[in-house]
Amino acid sequence: MKELSLNILDVAENSVKAGASLTQILLTEEGDVLKLEFVDDGCGMSEDVVRSVIDPFYTTRTTRKVGMGIPLLKLACEQTGGNLEISSTTADANPEEHGTHVTATFYTDHIDFTPLGDVSASILTLIQGHPDTDFLFRHERNGRVVELDTRELREVLEDVPLNSYDVMEWIRGNLQEQYEELSEDGGYNGEE
Amino acid sequence: MKVSELQAHGFEALSLPDGDREIDGVYIGDLLSWVMGRAQMDNAWITIMTNVNVIAVAALADTSCVILAEGVEMPDDLVQTARDKEINVLRSSQPIYETALQLAALVS
Repeated sequence: MKELSLNILDVAENSVKAGASLTQILLTEEGDVLKLEFVDDGCGMSEDVVRSVIDPFYTTRTTRKVGMGIPLLKLACEQTGGNLEISSTTADANPEEHGTHVTATFYTDHIDFTPLGDVSASILTLIQGHPDTDFLFRHERNGRVVELDTRELREVLEDVPLNSYDVMEWIRGNLQEQYEELSEDGGYNGEE
Repeated sequence: MKVSELQAHGFEALSLPDGDREIDGVYIGDLLSWVMGRAQMDNAWITIMTNVNVIAVAALADTSCVILAEGVEMPDDLVQTARDKEINVLRSSQPIYETALQLAALVS
């Protein structure tokens, strides 16, 4: 992906497809380390499946159920000297607590680091496409935080769908404002 | 021209399960997601990337062959994967631009 934000979109879609009611997308920047995590409460994957999702042929020769999202994310972080880890618990193994946790670690000062790009746009696309599932987005940089929790919005909005025009515009403006505050403090800026 | 005919022009075949396949046009790129959406079927694809995703992208985009430029090494297990997945992979010791020029003369 030319920008990590597109990769974020791709991988988060996997969580939605796994039936997650809440998908957390967490970005944490500390110095030259960027951690990107996806935490969902979807159906989870067996150990065999976890191993196979990093193999692109798991998907390309069937119906492309998961896509190239994980293989390309793995490549993107390994190109910077980082790594990708996946842990997962199936609903069969634990009906109470199941889901998948993907952690990608990047070194942002590596010359092959893929720019983050417009993460807000990816989050908006996710909400637009899946107004009935919840997303928690959190981007932490040098102690400052951008956060959006659709569960909180849903509580206030009651019956108004999250993907209605006014709500989407509000989210767009809200994220933009939060990012402006975040950028004042320096650090890696996705817009650069 | 057929993929196997490249061997007579200094291209080294690493994996050639389908040498009779015709080459139609050339695509150059290393950003795999970009290549995935843009390389055309039957293109010869020139790249310097050598990881398992290259083979997957070649399969998805249905290119006629992957051409590794600059003499880059492809690990043995990946060469085996390419053979298993019936992906043609050849190698040129030339830089990307020179490889492209050579193909331009041969393919057109």
